[in-house]
Amino acid sequence: MISVKDVDLIFETNDGPVQALRNVSLEVEKGDFVSFIGPSGCGKTTLLRAIAALEIPTKGNLTVNGKSPDSARIDREYGYVFQAAGLYPWRTVEGNIKLPLEIMGYSKTEIKERIQKVIELVELKGFEKKFPWQLSGGMQQRASIARALAFDANILLMDEPFGALDEIVRDRLNSELLDLWRQTKKTICFVTHSIPEAVFLSTKIVVMSPRPGRITDTIQSTLPLKRDLNIRDSQDFIKIAQRVREGLKSGHQDEVL
Amino acid sequence: MKFSNFIYKFFFEGNFFPILTIVTVIGIFWYLIALPMNAEKVERKFKDLNTTEKIIKSWNLEKPKLPTPHQIVKEIVNTVFYKKITSKRSLVYHGWITLEATLAGFFLGTALGILLALGIVHNKAMDLSVMPWVIASQTVPILAIAPMIIVVMNSVGITGLLPKAIISMYLSFFPVVVGMVKGLRSPDQMQIDQMKTWSASSNQLLWKLRFPSSVPYLFASLKVGIAASLVGAIVGELPSGAIAGLGARMLAGTYYGQTIMIWSALFTAAFLAASLVITINIVQNFTLKKMAIIT
Repeated sequence: MISVKDVDLIFETNDGPVQALRNVSLEVEKGDFVSFIGPSGCGKTTLLRAIAALEIPTKGNLTVNGKSPDSARIDREYGYVFQAAGLYPWRTVEGNIKLPLEIMGYSKTEIKERIQKVIELVELKGFEKKFPWQLSGGMQQRASIARALAFDANILLMDEPFGALDEIVRDRLNSELLDLWRQTKKTICFVTHSIPEAVFLSTKIVVMSPRPGRITDTIQSTLPLKRDLNIRDSQDFIKIAQRVREGLKSGHQDEVL
Repeated sequence: MKFSNFIYKFFFEGNFFPILTIVTVIGIFWYLIALPMNAEKVERKFKDLNTTEKIIKSWNLEKPKLPTPHQIVKEIVNTVFYKKITSKRSLVYHGWITLEATLAGFFLGTALGILLALGIVHNKAMDLSVMPWVIASQTVPILAIAPMIIVVMNSVGITGLLPKAIISMYLSFFPVVVGMVKGLRSPDQMQIDQMKTWSASSNQLLWKLRFPSSVPYLFASLKVGIAASLVGAIVGELPSGAIAGLGARMLAGTYYGQTIMIWSALFTAAFLAASLVITINIVQNFTLKKMAIIT
């Protein structure tokens, strides 16, 4: 589905070149839920943006659905959820979800059906006519996810979508996101800096380290696909979390040396 | 109940009393300063007056150096309500002539400003080249340019409203360009990236994101622009030998030493400007509420 091979990405800044990604290789299979975890500056967001063709790798090979990232973007193969909900204040929830559909030229009746469907999916029924400022942060982020789900992209790229929310809301949205993923069978790439979030959500966890941004460990989750929040107390969960923590630590030691 | 509520709010929660206070202070100052300014004329025209009579005379001269507020108000009431509005002595007639040119210039200026802003935002070459010229255009005194525009246009047979509207446009496009460039660029990188992930065309980016984002900036510019337009229209009437319009009225007043006439034209212009700005404010509040940008 997504194939990353020996990708380097260097930003030219005023202080000289900064290596954001070095020698990154990764395979994402169809239906995977992959988390990128690491401290800030480890290039996890840059990697996601490169997949979305918002950044261009300096070296290496990157394909999305067998195409170059830019063709995949032009063919609207993915939906992208940003850290901030980024809803337009002058549009209602419904109007915001409609926005990409309008841009992509869906018919009026189809737009209506799709809005209905995704609004139910993210449990925002009854809030269609509300403006963003009338919603809580969690609800805004749900509307933003609905917007990314509304069109036919089978990949969902999410950049710390719940980073700005409190833990209680985040837990709830995490289990809802898992349900969504199972229902829609989408492939999800998810950037986070929370270990429990990454372990709870993912089928595959990619641990990254900064300076230069690189992958230190890739962990295939042994947790069952159907899981609820209680799984966080299980032995398996704790073991995977430990391995993630170790991966993060080893990356840190490399940096010191 | 509701009405009395409104009255209460109007008087005690709004800016009614602050404004009233300032107006009163200005009024007192005005009457005081009129005394020394008109004293010389009173001395020359009248002999053997006591102090009270002197004061009253200096506030009611026919051609004072500084006319007093009640004289100006009387003149305005006279020329607004007691003259036929088609008469050359009616301030409504002159006001309308100026307002026409103001509005024409305002619409031209707004259109030109928006077009230039679109060009600057969408075209790299324009971005690098246009702004310095736009700024330079405003550093040239309008009083120097206005006669040239009038003369050049007259020589090709264009007279009346259009040359004045062009001068208005010259002044009013500037705030619109500056405001709209800022407004069209106000969406942040994330919003633009988001549009990119949907592979939106640049037209869609403009109409669905940039333009709606710029509306609050546009209104701020329009308020400055319309006031500048009025100034432009009045300045356009000064050098053209125009016989109608508030500017012509001010000029005629200076020729004949009719200070009251000058000041009444000035007050009318100020009133017009305030009404225009208030009108735009009302449209702005309505639009932004409709767009849910303000609540």
